[in-house]
Amino acid sequence: MGFAQILANGVVLGTLYACIAIGFSLVWGVLNVINMLHGSFIVLGGYLTYFAWASTGISPVIILPVVAVALFVLGYALQYLFINKVVTAPVLTTLTLTFGLDMILYNLMTVFFTATPRRVSLDYGRIDALGVSMPVDRLIGMGLALVLTGLLFLVLKTSRIGRAIVAVRMDREAAALMGIRVNHIYATTFAIAALMAGAAGAVFAMVFPVTTNLSGVFLGKAFVICVIGGLGGVSGALVGGLALGIIESFAGVIVGPQNAITIGFLIMLFLLIVRPTGLVGVKGYE
Amino acid sequence: MSRKSNLTLIVMGLWVLALALAPTVLGNYEVRIAISIAMFTALALSWNIIGGFTGYPSFSTAAFYGIGCYVGALAQRSGVPAALAWVAAAAFVGGVSFALGAIVLRLKGHYFAIGSIALVDISRLVISSWGSVTGGGNGLNVPLLEGRPPEVSALVLYVMLGIMVLAFVTNVIVDRTRLGFGLRCIDQNEDAADMVGIDTTRYKIAAFVLSAIFPGAVGAVYASWVGYIDPTDSFDILTTVKVPVMAMLGGAGTLLGPVVGAFSFVMLEEIFWANFLEWNRAIMGAIVVVLIFFLPGGILRLDWKRILRRLSDRSKARSTDKGSAKE
Repeated sequence: MGFAQILANGVVLGTLYACIAIGFSLVWGVLNVINMLHGSFIVLGGYLTYFAWASTGISPVIILPVVAVALFVLGYALQYLFINKVVTAPVLTTLTLTFGLDMILYNLMTVFFTATPRRVSLDYGRIDALGVSMPVDRLIGMGLALVLTGLLFLVLKTSRIGRAIVAVRMDREAAALMGIRVNHIYATTFAIAALMAGAAGAVFAMVFPVTTNLSGVFLGKAFVICVIGGLGGVSGALVGGLALGIIESFAGVIVGPQNAITIGFLIMLFLLIVRPTGLVGVKGYE
Repeated sequence: MSRKSNLTLIVMGLWVLALALAPTVLGNYEVRIAISIAMFTALALSWNIIGGFTGYPSFSTAAFYGIGCYVGALAQRSGVPAALAWVAAAAFVGGVSFALGAIVLRLKGHYFAIGSIALVDISRLVISSWGSVTGGGNGLNVPLLEGRPPEVSALVLYVMLGIMVLAFVTNVIVDRTRLGFGLRCIDQNEDAADMVGIDTTRYKIAAFVLSAIFPGAVGAVYASWVGYIDPTDSFDILTTVKVPVMAMLGGAGTLLGPVVGAFSFVMLEEIFWANFLEWNRAIMGAIVVVLIFFLPGGILRLDWKRILRRLSDRSKARSTDKGSAKE
């Protein structure tokens, strides 16, 4: 396999990874909560997309927004009913609570969807260019992931709610004094994160098979990406995602695919120690 | 020594005695539960040293337990007697935790939590990809302990109880010495503790190592008991969170909290495993949610006097109601 091919694979994987990690990074940065539910949200998005596609035959590109909205509602409800109540508690409490909620969601998914791998198969063939061969469905997935990432960036930068989220992230007390309803912003942030996770799951299901067992894997990736890229916004997740995608792609060829994940984790541990704010992260989100 | 701490020691002594009597009066199934209780109590007490006293959100107990499983198994496979292999596992894991502690304890808050979770995953990945030594995903067979099955389970129970008692004694010693005082200071405010001259790095590493050696030993004994280990079982993500949840269920940072928590959790788990196998994970999740919302300080920190008074008030009210109805 040539250099260009490995790099291209890494970039495609990296954009998907960025999409996976963005919501996790947002919740961590704004709510100061490590959301253990994140991996299951992604799997849920993938499964819902698959079952909607398999039972109706509608194009998954149309199903994706519907699934994303469903996850938004679920995320808002979970944050409003549970996590908001302990959001200022120590890490141990919030992390344990989200893990408990994840156990419930995971169990529900294995019962209702079973652990069979499911994939939306879009057979569009391959494209060959510049010595790189790439299945078209992966390119579509990459395009969707980039569109979603760009949309979130625009929402945070320009919309009212986006500005409010950024304000809460900077200083929650000051934001409350300015008349921002902090609890509502928290719930909305968590809901946006769930929406992005659901959409990422939908995109993932178009490219790779999804099973419930992947929820832990996705969560692990989100950890690594956030630590590599740093918290604090879309750019961190994008840089971290691309970095991890490219690292894994090359590590897979050099030391074998089963060790590629270990390399990712080792890099994360190393970065945690030498530069906990990540490559492009903002200081102060601890 | 205050009366309250004497009471703690008496309660613990009676509890150890009760568990130790299990093989003489109860059947195989109950002995297995007793082993489970002793094992998880030892783990929860170990976690208590770093998580309870120091307040560091450590999730690496499963890493130490898993490494202990493998070191014990590999030592036994190369001909080392079981007892020696267990001690070796504890010592090895102690060394590993010393080296790792120097690295991860530089992290704080969320970053420490993630770093400690990463330790579990990295250990699992290293063990599963180092197939030539560890058997990889196929796992390892561990030489069986000699003796008839009831004798073996009694032996395992006594060894686990021994580790549990050692872990408890360590908690008591930490609680009553400068180390415990220093760790509590770190929990309150690490920067301030540092400023008044507490060597926080040394204290934290000591707590981390103490919280690692017992899981190392427990893992090795577990490996000898079940006779077969593999990476997914030894480094279970559920163990990672189960152990802190047990300690918090009883009351983190207290001496008897992890004991009460581990017992309650294992019993709940047994009941749910037996009746709702398919929903096991969801029920555990629900326990966690209930714990966080209704028992934030654990069972031991409940205001028992108030609850009893309220109950007696209610029953009094009921009896006066009945009395007035008769008139």
